[in-house]
Amino acid sequence: MKVLIPGPLRSYTQGLHEVLASGESLGEVLADLDRRYPGIRFRMIDEQDAVRRHMRVFVNREPVRDLGTALRASDEVLIVQALSGG
Amino acid sequence: MRARATPASLPARPVALLVATRKGAFILKADAARRAWKTVGPMFFGHIVHHMALDPRPAPRAPRTLLVAARTGHLGPTVFRSQDFGRTWKEASRPPAFPKAQPGQKGRVVDHVFWLAPGHPDEPGSWYAGTSPQGLFRSDDGGDTWAPVAGFNDHPMYAKWTGDEQDGTPDGPKLHSILVDPRDAGHLYIGMSGGGVFESTDKGASWAPLNKGCAADFLPHPEAEYGHDPHCVRLHPLAPDVLYQQNHCGIYRMARGEGRWVRIGARMPKKVGDIGFPLVLHPRDPETLWVFPMDGTTVWPRTSPGGRPAAYVSRNSGRTWQRQDKGLPPSQGWFTVKRQAMSADGNDPVGVYFGTTNGEVWASRNEGASWACIARHLPHIYAVEAVPAQ
Repeated sequence: MKVLIPGPLRSYTQGLHEVLASGESLGEVLADLDRRYPGIRFRMIDEQDAVRRHMRVFVNREPVRDLGTALRASDEVLIVQALSGG
Repeated sequence: MRARATPASLPARPVALLVATRKGAFILKADAARRAWKTVGPMFFGHIVHHMALDPRPAPRAPRTLLVAARTGHLGPTVFRSQDFGRTWKEASRPPAFPKAQPGQKGRVVDHVFWLAPGHPDEPGSWYAGTSPQGLFRSDDGGDTWAPVAGFNDHPMYAKWTGDEQDGTPDGPKLHSILVDPRDAGHLYIGMSGGGVFESTDKGASWAPLNKGCAADFLPHPEAEYGHDPHCVRLHPLAPDVLYQQNHCGIYRMARGEGRWVRIGARMPKKVGDIGFPLVLHPRDPETLWVFPMDGTTVWPRTSPGGRPAAYVSRNSGRTWQRQDKGLPPSQGWFTVKRQAMSADGNDPVGVYFGTTNGEVWASRNEGASWACIARHLPHIYAVEAVPAQ
C-alpha cells in the first residue's frame, strides 16, 4: 500500500515522499517499511510500540495509534510529524 | 606518589575537536601549531547531538570508529557511526533501547543517548552508552547493535537509586561518566544525575553506590547512600585508583582504597565557589585537573561567577588552585560550560578546550595559561572532545 513519508524521515527513503509497504496491520506495514528502509521505524515508534510524541499516523485520513489496526492493500498510510519546539 | 610522565618532548599531533551541539555536529580541525582552526560541518544538521566520540584504541589496519548520539525534537534517539572521520555515516542497526515491557506493565523509553564511552582496550569494538532516562547500554560491534546492561537497568534498587523524573536534570535525568578501569575490563564506574556514583566489579552484573563523604545538600540525610548529583566523574589511566568528580555540591577526590570522597574544592576562592559541570584531567599528570566554575548560588544561574569566566587548575590534586582567565572576557561574560564540553588534547604542552552554551569554542595551547576563541556563532554546545585528527 501507499505510505506517505514526512520530510524529517525522507533521509531514510532516499528523499521519496511516497513509498510502498505491505502488511495486514499497521504494525506489519511499519515492520515492512523498516525492512525496506532500515532504522525508519524506531525514529517514529518507541521500544514499547507506542507512536512517539509529535508523530501522527493516519489511515485514509483517520488518526490511528494502535499498531494492531487492520489494514487493506487499498489503504493509504499517512505519517505526519507535528513540529514544535525551538 | 607523583606519576607524571615527562618525556623530553612530544611530537605535536594534529588535533581535532568533536563538537556536539543542539543543532548538529561539527569538527574543528587545527593546524600543527594549534593556532588556525577550520570548522567542518554541520553534520546531522538540525539534530540534537549530545555527544560525539572517537575510539581511542589502536586499531592496526582498521579505521577508528566515530560515534554520534543524536535525535531530533520529534524523531527517536539513535547512534550514527563513521569509519572515515565523519565523511560518511551509517546508523546503528539496533540503537540503545529498553526491553519491551510485559503486558500490563509500563515500559521505559530512551529519550536520548547522552554519553558514549569506548570500552576496555582488551575488548576491541566494545562501547558503553548512558541514556536519559538513566540506563546503561553496551555494544560489542563498534556501536552497530546495542543491548541493555541488565545488571544495572533491572537492578532491584534501580528505582530507588535513580529516583523519578523530579530528581533529574531539567531535560531529564542522565547516566554519564562511564569509566572503565584500564587494568580490569570488569571494573566499571558510572555517574548519575541524579543518583550518584556507582561501581561494578563484575562487568556490570552487580552494582553498589560509591558516595560516602560526598555532600547532597538537597537530601535530608547528611550521609545518604545514594541520590547524589555528580556532574562529571573522571578516572586517570595512569592512576586508576583515584577518582575525581565535579559534583552539584563541590569538587571531590577519592582514593579508592579509602572509599570516601574528600572535598578538594574547599580550597577554591570563596567568591568563585566550587560548583560547575566539567572536570578535565591532564593526560600525563594524574595530579593536574581543570574545572570551569559556575554560579551555584541563589537560584543557580549556572553562568561564570560575577560574569568573569575562568578555568581553574590544580597541579596537586586539589590542594591549591590557580585562576586561568587570560584572554577570556574580563567582565560581562556569562558563560555556561556543560559537563561534556571541556577537554584536553595529548600534546605537550597540553591543549585545553571548552565550548559554551552560546556557541563559542575557546582553546588554550599552553595548559590554560591563555585562551583564544576559535569558533563562535555555533549552536548551543553540549560536548567538546579533543582527539587526534584522522
